[in-house]
Amino acid sequence: MNTNALQIEVVIPTQTRYLDLIGSIGERIAKEVDHFSGDREELAYHLNLVLTEAATNAIKHGNYLDPKDTVRVAIHIQANQLIVRVYDHGQGFDLENVPLPDFDDPKESGMGLFFIRALTDKVTYTKQGDCNVLEITKRLD
Amino acid sequence: MNLNQEIINGYSVIFINEERIDAHNSGELKDYLLQRIEQGDVNIVVQLEQVKFIDSSGLGALLSGFKHAATKSGKLVLACCNPRVLSMFELTRLNRVFEVYKDVSELFDNES
Repeated sequence: MNTNALQIEVVIPTQTRYLDLIGSIGERIAKEVDHFSGDREELAYHLNLVLTEAATNAIKHGNYLDPKDTVRVAIHIQANQLIVRVYDHGQGFDLENVPLPDFDDPKESGMGLFFIRALTDKVTYTKQGDCNVLEITKRLD
Repeated sequence: MNLNQEIINGYSVIFINEERIDAHNSGELKDYLLQRIEQGDVNIVVQLEQVKFIDSSGLGALLSGFKHAATKSGKLVLACCNPRVLSMFELTRLNRVFEVYKDVSELFDNES
């Protein structure tokens, strides 16, 4: 890949059946990264996971009052930096107040954001107009 | 979710015939495990040989089964995790919660 950007945008209905599709895009991207010195298979899994978890959150927190609601996933790669933006139309949540999982007393849910943060460099969640955006940044060196 | 179950050496061995466990099918897995435990199959091996991908909801379903089995004085253990799947348990330290066996026969060798 040269320093031109690769951009992928996918819009899906808020249904979990499409998580496989979103995750596999992440996996496939790992193959397109140039000059990656790490374990490419591991990168593929991590991108699959990050996209899956982010899309799951958006679907879960989406606008349940609108059966035609959608989630938009925008992926941007340039100069070995990956930025993923996931847009939802739900009520939003307070990213800063999401607790870390308690590893001594593990619970069955609430680990999605932990994985996203553990495997990437920066995560923000902001309101933009009529939607919320989870923005995830990861260097792919 | 495509799975099948066999009773082997007193254990209910559940073969997950899916490459991917995520929020689309993890609810079904959680319900299935709960059902089996309520029906008296409290010693369970979840065989994950075919599973190439699991997300946090998949871990949650397995953890739910683990906890339910424990409340009935049984246990739920895992077998045949590929390295990527295993790393998910390591990242969350769930590898200290679950017993993980290379394969089903390792569990039975251990027990005898």
